[in-house]
Amino acid sequence: MKIHYSSFFSDYGSVLVLVILCAVMSFATLKEQPATSYAAAKDLASDLLSEKGKGAKVMILVRGGSKGAGPEFAKNLEMAISDVGLVVVKNVQGTPRDARKALLAQPQSQPLVALVTDQHMSVFCSDHLSDLAKGNPALAQAKSYSPKKQTWPIFLKKDNLRNVLKQISVVAVIAIGMTLVIITGGIDLSVGSLIAFSAVVTALAIHHLGGANPTVSDLWLGSLAGIIACSIIGLCTGAFVTLFKVPAFIVTLGVMFIARGLAFLSLEKPNGLPIGNEESFKWLGSGAGLGLHNSAVLMLVLYLLAHIMMSRTSIGRYIYAVGGNPEAARLSGVPVQKVLVFVYVLCALLAGLGGVMTASLQMSGDPKAGGLVELQVIAAVVVGGTSLAGGKGKIFGTLIGALIIGVIKNGMNLAEIQGKEQDVIFGLVILVAVLVDQLKNRLN
Amino acid sequence: MRGIRKGFPGVQALDGVDLELYSGEVLALLGENGAGKSTLIKVIGGAHLPDDGTMQIEGRSDPIHSPQDSLKAGIGIIYQEFNLVPALTASENIFLGQEPSRLSFIPRSEERQKTLKLFDRIGAEIDPGKLCSQLSVAEQQLVEIAKALSQNARIIVMDEPTAALTPREVEGLLKVVRELRTQGIGIIYISHRLDEIDAIADRVTILRDGTHVATMEKSNFDREQMIALMVGRNLEKEFPYRQSVAGEVRLSVRNLTRGSCVKDVSFDLKAGEIVGLTGLVGAGRTETARLIFGADRMDSGSIDLDGKRLSVRSPRDAIRNGICLLTEDRKGQGLVLGQTVQENFGLPNLGDFSGHFLISSSRESEAFSGYVDKMRIKISGHSQSAGTLSGGNQQKVVLAKWLQRNSEVIIFDEPTRGIDVGAKFEIYQLIHVLAEQGKAILMISSELPEILGMSDRIIVMNEGRVAGEIDDCSEVTQEDIMKLATGSEEIAA
Repeated sequence: MKIHYSSFFSDYGSVLVLVILCAVMSFATLKEQPATSYAAAKDLASDLLSEKGKGAKVMILVRGGSKGAGPEFAKNLEMAISDVGLVVVKNVQGTPRDARKALLAQPQSQPLVALVTDQHMSVFCSDHLSDLAKGNPALAQAKSYSPKKQTWPIFLKKDNLRNVLKQISVVAVIAIGMTLVIITGGIDLSVGSLIAFSAVVTALAIHHLGGANPTVSDLWLGSLAGIIACSIIGLCTGAFVTLFKVPAFIVTLGVMFIARGLAFLSLEKPNGLPIGNEESFKWLGSGAGLGLHNSAVLMLVLYLLAHIMMSRTSIGRYIYAVGGNPEAARLSGVPVQKVLVFVYVLCALLAGLGGVMTASLQMSGDPKAGGLVELQVIAAVVVGGTSLAGGKGKIFGTLIGALIIGVIKNGMNLAEIQGKEQDVIFGLVILVAVLVDQLKNRLN
Repeated sequence: MRGIRKGFPGVQALDGVDLELYSGEVLALLGENGAGKSTLIKVIGGAHLPDDGTMQIEGRSDPIHSPQDSLKAGIGIIYQEFNLVPALTASENIFLGQEPSRLSFIPRSEERQKTLKLFDRIGAEIDPGKLCSQLSVAEQQLVEIAKALSQNARIIVMDEPTAALTPREVEGLLKVVRELRTQGIGIIYISHRLDEIDAIADRVTILRDGTHVATMEKSNFDREQMIALMVGRNLEKEFPYRQSVAGEVRLSVRNLTRGSCVKDVSFDLKAGEIVGLTGLVGAGRTETARLIFGADRMDSGSIDLDGKRLSVRSPRDAIRNGICLLTEDRKGQGLVLGQTVQENFGLPNLGDFSGHFLISSSRESEAFSGYVDKMRIKISGHSQSAGTLSGGNQQKVVLAKWLQRNSEVIIFDEPTRGIDVGAKFEIYQLIHVLAEQGKAILMISSELPEILGMSDRIIVMNEGRVAGEIDDCSEVTQEDIMKLATGSEEIAA
């Protein structure tokens, strides 16, 4: 078992960096949240939901004036409670007298299960609720609840963690393709521009097919058009790299400019083309199901498939062999050129998918989208332990690399660190992550 | 050196090795691959730190912690892979890092004069202004030696200096070594070629499994003794015996031509026959093999296997037709060093182990195990990386990968280069077994004893052409082959 652990850490040494980073971010965002905050209200709401079930009836009682928690608090409570699917029958803000009146007026046919109160009203309820219940059977089951103040890192909140996954999904999906390219000893600088190109092509295609009111099949076809267009560009990149033996750095640098330029040229306005008013296009970028955002689910599925491909199929073996020693691979009968074309097509295809995801998120085809994303993608791959010299790298290492980058950004946003300082810290963390990897290799 | 010990994870590479070198002598360092010679050199050169032991040079025991310390102590090491910058000239390479500078400008004429003086000491005739990339291997070696001398080396270590040289270049090198000896320089000479040891060594030190086995005056050793001490057992002969039974013609090569490297080469390989292909370096032997294997495109010519015309446009085509090539450069062309031995074995064979889509690594592992047992491949496990194997075991892994493909025509290019005596014998036995199975075997080698000892028939190439074919190998001598290999004008001169 011990051997397994150590090989796990030598394969995925960046896990350690990620864990440390999460701990740091949790600590940095550790904050006492007052009982009046929306977050506290939300926690109470979800507790109530699990205790009472959907549709249960709730009354909100907040002391008005300077003694109470104020109208902000009342609003937060109402929003949080009705968001989770409970029914707020009345939101009372006023004196205990107002509360008593409202409680007694509650019709018998609609029994209350909970009274959500501030500090002041909670005292009132504990003193008088049992008396009131005698006067109105609708209150027989009612108990009073108040949001509690709490100390919990914002970073570690479920919603936030889900958000991290959503935020990294585009970079992480493209990083799969980039990992393969880098394992073969190449690089692809064009992915950022391909995001924009794909988003614009997708928006144009949808606009063409369905105008302002596209159908779901128009959306599918449009997305497909964006992805295929990028794949064709990837095919050209691969052909240049293999047939003319131009270094991938140069080829993809050229493609980077071409794709970005084409994205702008395809539109009349540089501001981007909105994608109809069809809500279902949001499904990919912002929709959620299975407890996670759809884009995050898609990302995880792709990682699983890529991992299987790289570890269990011939093409995966070939990719490692081509990166490790192209001549030995060729003399062992590996179709080296086909393998290279494959990785560039796949990388461009995933960049195209990233473009569709971006378009879905923004609900428009923006030719400025994906700026400098290629560098984030490369950073994710390198932080994940893939060697730029080729031949070595792990798919899940890249996922961890992408997570590290996502966690840094998210954590810094939560800790309210400014953009320029973020850049400095971001750069430092990349260097540290790679350094840890190097030191670990030296120890081995 | 006293009691040098050096351990690596899992291996005790050196276990208490003693070594003494006097000035003005040639000490041959012998041992099988993995005996610890390379590690010992790296300790001398400061590339590895010993775990234990002391080292004294001319009475002083300055610690050697880095290659710089080693240089300062007057030790020059010429590794198998040269440390020359191809894009710099010979003299620039010699003075790299120690330029004779005047106010940070390099006086070129002075550099040139110094270089010529150094070349003069070793009798080298090389233009100091020539780029290293344009020098032959032998010339580059001389540049390395001159570089060592320029740093006032009193001790020169040569690791397999003749591995890539032609017989005539080897003669030249031995002359240089003798010259250095008369200049009072102590030389540690490492080679697998016992002929050279015979010709040049004053004393011989033999290592085995990281320990010091024997050091004696060369005159007190004979070849059999040296081999026996190296492998730790008595080898009856250098080559196994075998009764040759040549069958039908299997591979038939006609008028193979590519540029000026290979001109109009034709020959046949019969079932169960071992054909030796030899000639000087650059005679077009490897190039011919690469054409048959599809690694390079032929300009013209044809290849027939079992009477069927083949169209070989890539190694893939050749492999599909049952032709395989074990390249001379195992590390550069034969193996993906960073991958595991099993992955290297599987590379051309994934079709055998794949279901519809996924590779079954248990089936792959099972097949590989068979070869590991049969060929006695020494590995710590199937996930050992190929780069950490000794030369002989690497060669076996490459062979295993081709045998799994059921290759019918097997081309060995320098099959025993850089492989120790014990493993050589095993490789020879494997080649014999393959011949007995009726495969057609072409064996390229520069080592004439190997060609003579192994071949049923010998093809000699010279300047891209077949210079001659020798059908009866019983009466042939090395001189006969050399005459063919060097061409008739050479004999006249």
